[in-house]
Amino acid sequence: MQPPSAWWFGLLPVAFVGVFFAWPLLTVLHRGLSPEGLDVLGSAATWRVVRFTTVQALLSTALTVALGLPAAYAVHRLDFRGRRLVLSMLTVPFVLPTVVVGAAFRALLPESWTGTLAAIVVAHVFFNIAVVVRVVGGFWTHLDHRWEDAARTLGAGPLTVWRTVTWPLLRPAVLAASALVFLFTFTSFGVVLVLGGPTTTTIEVEIYRRTVQLFDLPGAATLCVLQILAVLLVLVVAGRLQRRLSVRQRLARASVALRPVRAAADRTVLAVTLVEAVLVALPVLALVAQSFRVGDHWGLDWWRALGVEGPTTRDVAAWDSIRVSLSYAAAAVLIAVVVGGAAACAIAYTRRGGDLLDTGLMLPLGTSAVTVGFGLLITFAVPPVDLRGSWIIVPIGQALVAIPLVVRTVLPVLRSLDPRLREVAATLGSSPARTWRSIDLPVLSRALGVGAGFAAAVSLGEFGATSFLARTDAPTLPIQIGRLLSRPGEVNSGQAAALSVVLVVVTALAVLATERLRHPSAGAL
Amino acid sequence: MSAGLAVAGVSVTLGGHPVLDGVDLRVGSEESVALLGPSGVGKSTLLRVVAGLVTPDAGSVMWDGVDLAGVPAHRRNIGLVFQDAVLFPHRDVAGNVGYGLEAAGVGAAERRAEVARLLGLVDLAGFEDRAVDTLSGGQAQRVALARALAPRPRLLLLDEPFGALDRDLRERLGAEVRDMLRAQGIPAVHVTHDDQEAALVADRVVTLVPGPDGARAAEGAGAGGAVA
Repeated sequence: MQPPSAWWFGLLPVAFVGVFFAWPLLTVLHRGLSPEGLDVLGSAATWRVVRFTTVQALLSTALTVALGLPAAYAVHRLDFRGRRLVLSMLTVPFVLPTVVVGAAFRALLPESWTGTLAAIVVAHVFFNIAVVVRVVGGFWTHLDHRWEDAARTLGAGPLTVWRTVTWPLLRPAVLAASALVFLFTFTSFGVVLVLGGPTTTTIEVEIYRRTVQLFDLPGAATLCVLQILAVLLVLVVAGRLQRRLSVRQRLARASVALRPVRAAADRTVLAVTLVEAVLVALPVLALVAQSFRVGDHWGLDWWRALGVEGPTTRDVAAWDSIRVSLSYAAAAVLIAVVVGGAAACAIAYTRRGGDLLDTGLMLPLGTSAVTVGFGLLITFAVPPVDLRGSWIIVPIGQALVAIPLVVRTVLPVLRSLDPRLREVAATLGSSPARTWRSIDLPVLSRALGVGAGFAAAVSLGEFGATSFLARTDAPTLPIQIGRLLSRPGEVNSGQAAALSVVLVVVTALAVLATERLRHPSAGAL
Repeated sequence: MSAGLAVAGVSVTLGGHPVLDGVDLRVGSEESVALLGPSGVGKSTLLRVVAGLVTPDAGSVMWDGVDLAGVPAHRRNIGLVFQDAVLFPHRDVAGNVGYGLEAAGVGAAERRAEVARLLGLVDLAGFEDRAVDTLSGGQAQRVALARALAPRPRLLLLDEPFGALDRDLRERLGAEVRDMLRAQGIPAVHVTHDDQEAALVADRVVTLVPGPDGARAAEGAGAGGAVA
């Protein structure tokens, strides 16, 4: 039995995503494919940017995978004291807002590194190592170790076992992780804006520069189209490779038992992993240190300066951006929970239409936040709907990025609900609406609580879309941090560090609050 | 010293739980021994100790009087057939059977001939190019057996290799394997929890008996109330 209003649930998400994602995307395509936009493709500078974007993404991916694999093995297959701590240390960077990652590396690296390829690559490795550890490690945990045992009893030494058994079976997971890291680094915005320079610029940053500094909207739109095409290409190629390499295999249902560290090879891998965990902690420590470092002594000057309205931060005191961030986050969470919740219901209650909606809602996740923000900007800054200068456009952009996460959190919970419960309720004389309220809603609301936490974290740290949409007199925390970092001098970098710490604490509180609500069957991404 | 396998006083603790408590086991160089005992008693663990996949906390594993402590699994030349075949999913039948020959550096042509011979031996001639997920349970176990025989092991450990098959097929395969191993002069340890199967496949029966500090070994069937 289905709740009768299944299709009604779908209306809101379809309308929302249609108006605020599909329409802007079409506008971007339209502007980007116009002759004046296509001019940008004739410029050598554009291709330098494309080349740099690709090179840095390839380098970052290769290095992330090379460093992530031993760590994935160590934390998911070896038994050692502090394993969970090391796992958290390696995964925490991924939840940091990108602008904070940028700020942390500005605090850690000598100033001469700013604007170099090396700085960008190092920050990208720091940020994405969690992807490899999680994706490959998660797979590794369920890889039946008896294949390796069988190979050993057949006379294969450790290297041969790795080459002929472990690696071929692991390859699809490594490929999946590599594709993700490549996409994240190819579309990286916050990190590159903060750490890059005139010659070290990605397509995303160039879109921003053309929009904000050069007012070349058609050129920016063309770069968006280029970006979308590149992402599609990567997805298609990765999908093909994955199909070709994938091996049908039974995975162990329970995770495989961890094994004690005995072999010399295991000891080496563990040592490498521990060094990585320490290295990953360094930028965060440097950031905290910088917020208290005034000249050659320690002090609270930068923290005090956050409350002062002064020439350093244009019109607003840095503290004010906390209020701005929190109110935008509240609006974004509300939108994401209502739209995402309705979408999850529609997907769970209908068959074919539901799958289509599911795919459609995931699209904003595959589109870069910069494109989302840029699209909203050029679509709603002109009549008939001029939302420029209206604050609501910011939470809308942030909600678009958060909705897929809410759907992913809520959907598995709704699907796990035993349909017979609804049937029992019906036979007891409950109307469909009443059944939904009494059976589905309690489960739903709990999962939505978790989804709300994800949405809050996304909104608080969102930088790509917000950069295009935030009003200058109402910057969010990440925007304010970005502004401070774009100005020279210790006053600004010190305040940026302090504000980054504030942002991390606020975000962590939001996530921790929702961890407590976490339903055991709530899905994770 | 005596020829063949000599396990003496082997104790193993896994994840804090005692599994084996001073187990002794001897297998002559042409002998086939059945290892009986209720499920979960530690039979598989004992095989893994002999194969070199688990390091015992105490005791020794010797072959022809030479201590195997410190000899890794891939240098022991002791074959192991798992309960559920554990064929490599990314290799076809020939790739599975020939795996040990590849590891030993045998050339492609010689390998092909040897794989064909082994597949004939287990009654699967012509199966070289089959994907392993298209095999029936019985066929998969025969491939696993051929794979284990390929590197010419000095001892073959069989961990309830036909446990998942129905009785008729199990007994027929059991007898086939016994004859095959005898013909090639390969000693074997054949784990089972079935008295009749044990009598069929082995010259001698050893039973693992559960105890408070892990299992201990006893000569003969039924010593610890082995179940059928």
